[in-house]
Amino acid sequence: MAASRQRFVLPGFGISLGFTLAYLGIIVLIPLAAAFLKASGMGWPAFARAAFSPRVLAAYRLSFFCSLAAAAVNAVFGLIVAWVLVRYPFPGRRLVDALVDLPFALPTAVAGIALTALYAPTGWLGHWLEPLGIHVAFTRLGVFVALTFIGLPFVVRTVQPVLQELEPELEEASATLGANRWQTIRRVLLPEILPPLLTGFALAFARALGEYGSVVFISGNMPMKTEIVPLLIITKLEQYDYAGATAIAVVMLVASFLLLLLLNLLQKRTHRFYRA
Amino acid sequence: MAGPASTLLAAGAPPRTAAHRATQDPAWLRWALIGTAIVFLGFFLFLPLVAVFAEGLAHGLRTYLASFREPDALAAIRLTLLTAGIAVPANLVFGVAAAWCITKFPFRGKSLLITLIDLPFAVSPVISGLIYVLVFGARGWFGSWFLDHNIAIIFAVPGIVLATIFVTFPFIARELIPLMQAQGSDEEMTAVTLGAGGWQIFWRVTLPNIKWGLLYGVILCNARAMGEFGAVSVVSGHIRGETNTMPLHVEILYNEYNFAAAFAVASLLALLALVTLALKTFVEWRSQQLGRT
Repeated sequence: MAASRQRFVLPGFGISLGFTLAYLGIIVLIPLAAAFLKASGMGWPAFARAAFSPRVLAAYRLSFFCSLAAAAVNAVFGLIVAWVLVRYPFPGRRLVDALVDLPFALPTAVAGIALTALYAPTGWLGHWLEPLGIHVAFTRLGVFVALTFIGLPFVVRTVQPVLQELEPELEEASATLGANRWQTIRRVLLPEILPPLLTGFALAFARALGEYGSVVFISGNMPMKTEIVPLLIITKLEQYDYAGATAIAVVMLVASFLLLLLLNLLQKRTHRFYRA
Repeated sequence: MAGPASTLLAAGAPPRTAAHRATQDPAWLRWALIGTAIVFLGFFLFLPLVAVFAEGLAHGLRTYLASFREPDALAAIRLTLLTAGIAVPANLVFGVAAAWCITKFPFRGKSLLITLIDLPFAVSPVISGLIYVLVFGARGWFGSWFLDHNIAIIFAVPGIVLATIFVTFPFIARELIPLMQAQGSDEEMTAVTLGAGGWQIFWRVTLPNIKWGLLYGVILCNARAMGEFGAVSVVSGHIRGETNTMPLHVEILYNEYNFAAAFAVASLLALLALVTLALKTFVEWRSQQLGRT
């Protein structure tokens, strides 16, 4: 009853929904459908040849494992950063807090050349690491470094608000009941932090899988070794192999959509968790 | 942290120090964690940022400034401003319309619509460019029609604008939807009973309520629009002075080993990022203040 009255009272339903759907269709849905239609027109053998050749498989492996490693490192250090920002007052905290979002704001190409300059054999960090036998620029380690940079804010920004909302009474009650600090952290804090931590991890991982700009400069782009999936798509396009590029893109799109679905489920669980 | 709880405890029976000892970490651990966080952020955030400016200024201020007087650099700056100038308002109108129908009216399939709006965030920038090549490219769906009418989309400015709109698509909508959901529509309902028309309600009631959230979305959307690299790189065709945005210009200079100029133009983009962060922090602080009063 209230719902139908609301629909009636406020103006602009038809025009705003119509515009939203039209804009969504033209900008997002039709172009995305084009990729799937193009791939389905290829026929399975041609699709499999393009999307699962050894060179492409090597790229999937590289993108997958480097993204996973970068997201894992960000989960650990992101949690520490979020904890420190919420719990410990220290000089310059607000500045550090604002700077955490830099990877969101800095264009990826700028991040890419800056990281390459730092880790190149003559760079500020590179000339310390090279004598130790650690080669970062133009290796897989470089891909990992770039992906860590662009995934950095996700875990911090998903864990931080949850930590902020957490009432100190919880920990105090736990301490009153005789738990030591470690027990309180494991039994009281961790169950609260785990869902946002997982969400942040998944977001960082998803972002890293598709990342292009920050990686191409530092990775060296050697086929079978340091060639990420998005770069392979660009290479195919430059050879006018549109079908090949689309086949790889469709595999990536399916992977990202599955990840998005997983994230939605994760977030629904989190909400239920809070309501309970 | 001395929250309200510990103040209460101090006034009550248990001594303050006991409560603190139970929930506060020892000083060594505190400083170890702060140190770890600072070192991590130092290596991954601070150093890259400093490196951009240091490399840009490595050959002196004169070379640095000369990089901006290049006609190609100026053309790239102009194109970047033009692209953001179209993409941000387009997504602004969309964001307001989407948030209005989603938060003010009940209808079926709403959560699906919200998921679809978020979709571009899940798509790799390179693929965002590729799908437009498939639709508008010479061999694409509508490619021959546009070719016949002498309209260039791919390897031209319209393609760059479209790809930029795609990657910045969700920014403003996803900022407004939760905000307007939380605010409800009581004030708009009151305005209707008082006889206000649709646009009057929007300008006088809704807009003042959402202006900080809107600004927040615009700032983030603009930063991404000006800095987008992967999607734009696919559709631009890299024609110097014509279809190069600032990030693409940086890439070209860098690949030509013209590092000083590459980092000079990059430092301008880094400056944009810093301004974005400062504005964002200000808006957050401002809306927090408003929320408190």
